[in-house]
Amino acid sequence: MTRSKNWFDAHDWDRVQRDIYTTTARQVEQALGNSRRSLDDLKALLSPAAQAYLEPMAQLSHQLTQKRFGKTIQLYAPLYLSNECQNICTYCAFSLDNKIRRKTLTDSEITQEAQALKQFGYDHILLVTGEANQTVGLPYLKNAIRLLQPYFAHISMEVQPLDQPDYEELIAEGLHTVLVYQETYHRDTYRNHHPKGKKSNFQYRLDTPDRLGKAGVHKIGLGALLGLEDWRTDSFFTGAHLHYLERTYWQTRYSLSFPRLRPIDLMQNDTITSRSFERCMTDRDLVQLICAYRLVNEEVELSLSTRETPRFRDHVLKLGITSLSAGSKTNPGGYSVEPESLEQFTISDERSPADMVDVIRRQGYEPVWKDWDKLLTSR
Amino acid sequence: MNKQPLTIADKTFTSRLFTGTGKFGSAQLMEDALLASGSELVTVALKRVDTQNCQDDMLIHVTHPRLNLLPNTSGVRTAKEAVFAAQMAREALETNWLKLEIHPDPKYLLPDPIETLKAAEELVRLGFVVLPYCHADPVLCKRLEAVGVAAVMPLGAPIGTNKGLRTIDFLEIIIDQSQIPVVVDAGLGAPSHAAAAMELGADAVLVNTAIAVSEDPVRMAVAFKLAVEAGRMAFEARLARPALTAHASSPLTAFLDE
Repeated sequence: MTRSKNWFDAHDWDRVQRDIYTTTARQVEQALGNSRRSLDDLKALLSPAAQAYLEPMAQLSHQLTQKRFGKTIQLYAPLYLSNECQNICTYCAFSLDNKIRRKTLTDSEITQEAQALKQFGYDHILLVTGEANQTVGLPYLKNAIRLLQPYFAHISMEVQPLDQPDYEELIAEGLHTVLVYQETYHRDTYRNHHPKGKKSNFQYRLDTPDRLGKAGVHKIGLGALLGLEDWRTDSFFTGAHLHYLERTYWQTRYSLSFPRLRPIDLMQNDTITSRSFERCMTDRDLVQLICAYRLVNEEVELSLSTRETPRFRDHVLKLGITSLSAGSKTNPGGYSVEPESLEQFTISDERSPADMVDVIRRQGYEPVWKDWDKLLTSR
Repeated sequence: MNKQPLTIADKTFTSRLFTGTGKFGSAQLMEDALLASGSELVTVALKRVDTQNCQDDMLIHVTHPRLNLLPNTSGVRTAKEAVFAAQMAREALETNWLKLEIHPDPKYLLPDPIETLKAAEELVRLGFVVLPYCHADPVLCKRLEAVGVAAVMPLGAPIGTNKGLRTIDFLEIIIDQSQIPVVVDAGLGAPSHAAAAMELGADAVLVNTAIAVSEDPVRMAVAFKLAVEAGRMAFEARLARPALTAHASSPLTAFLDE
């Protein structure tokens, strides 16, 4: 039995959900009053009962975030390397069963995209691919990192889960951060949304942060895809996962993201579309989630993507978020090579990096392009 | 009353308030606060600056005749990484001064005593002026002194917490035993905390978060400047010590000795 299975099995989905939905106002007040907050407090702060306490939660989240991170917001951009994918995921445009033109960037195209991003000012990029081990497996990823190293101080990756030795090789090449979202912590729902492909292995995905921790990666990003299942329960499991990882791989940094399901082109099944959005959370819910995470973990980095609208992003910037993407393209070659190709999901905030810098500065924050340097880990 | 200057390695400082450069809302605000603080030594995270670019925004704002740069190795997890980063910093920023920070624990940013001692020994050998950030551990501080660091920088409380002098019992011992300057670093959240550290006999304090995230960083910088000066002045003037019993100014039993 893996250690990951131990922590996961310690929490029963139905019981957690029941605890969250039967939380009383008194329990929320207790959670708010604690100076250090536990996973039980996380349940209370994620509960419907806590919605009545959103303003004090936001005030506290703002204060705690400023104390730890100061008046700064880090900026990063995704760089989509490939939309090839061997999985079927019911919510994703890159899904194998979607008949789209597949593209994987060549060496010269990767360099061209890097130069375009560099011109915007980026020093931190997030490499993204679908899950296609044959075309975008370890050799491709190693090569991509090698090509991108001269351009960026900080390279993150969000690709298919890999084995520990693969991660070790990529870290040696300069990989700093790996994001791996469990999508949902509900086994049956996970199975329904991932009927085919390697990704259908729930446990392998759940164990990925363990393999990353053992490989010695600097930072691990976690999250649940908000909209597949009950967001409150899924978010508790994300918090419990973080809690376990922080205590096991204590030398690793962690970040949390909030990917809310977005519309995609070529959605082939109306039932899936409507079901996906039925469970989606409101803006008010997302604010509650951001604040709840901050209140139980003062140190974790919280990241918000361009899935969210400009108005929402502008307002939550002060509520606990520590990093933002801006001017993102979610299609391979989207910045310069092939801007019109199919996106993975629709962007809501299309403002340029320069526009976002203005927004951040107007709110009294300093945009941070660089917060890492390869020389700190050079051997 | 003449204030005693502070000497560390080959530099003499009038101000005993050292400052950090993180967490400010803008580079200009940072510069204004640093100048208002009167600080003459500012620590800069290597991970935040582009050492290849002389037009780096942060470096431009800390380039001032009065300010000495103290690059720090925040982000490294081992002695080996720290030594490499230090060499790169020396080359890029043209200073052999270094704030040695090795905190493999990214949650509480607590320093690794074993790796810090190993790195300090090697960096001193390589000619660096090493100021290690460390626990308020009197034995560790003596070990660091023995390998030749220029000062020790024990924490007052976990970094960024603003909790003040939570390690005061150990700081007293460190200050009592040390033959090199003691700079209380981390955790000082209010000017009164800085004043207390100086009254205790610390040679200097380093403050960042409390200034950077205040509503008015420039005014807060001035408040810390005055607190450090007051605390030092009180230390030099020798504080009256608290006593358990009353000491009457007109003793009742004095007639027995007459």
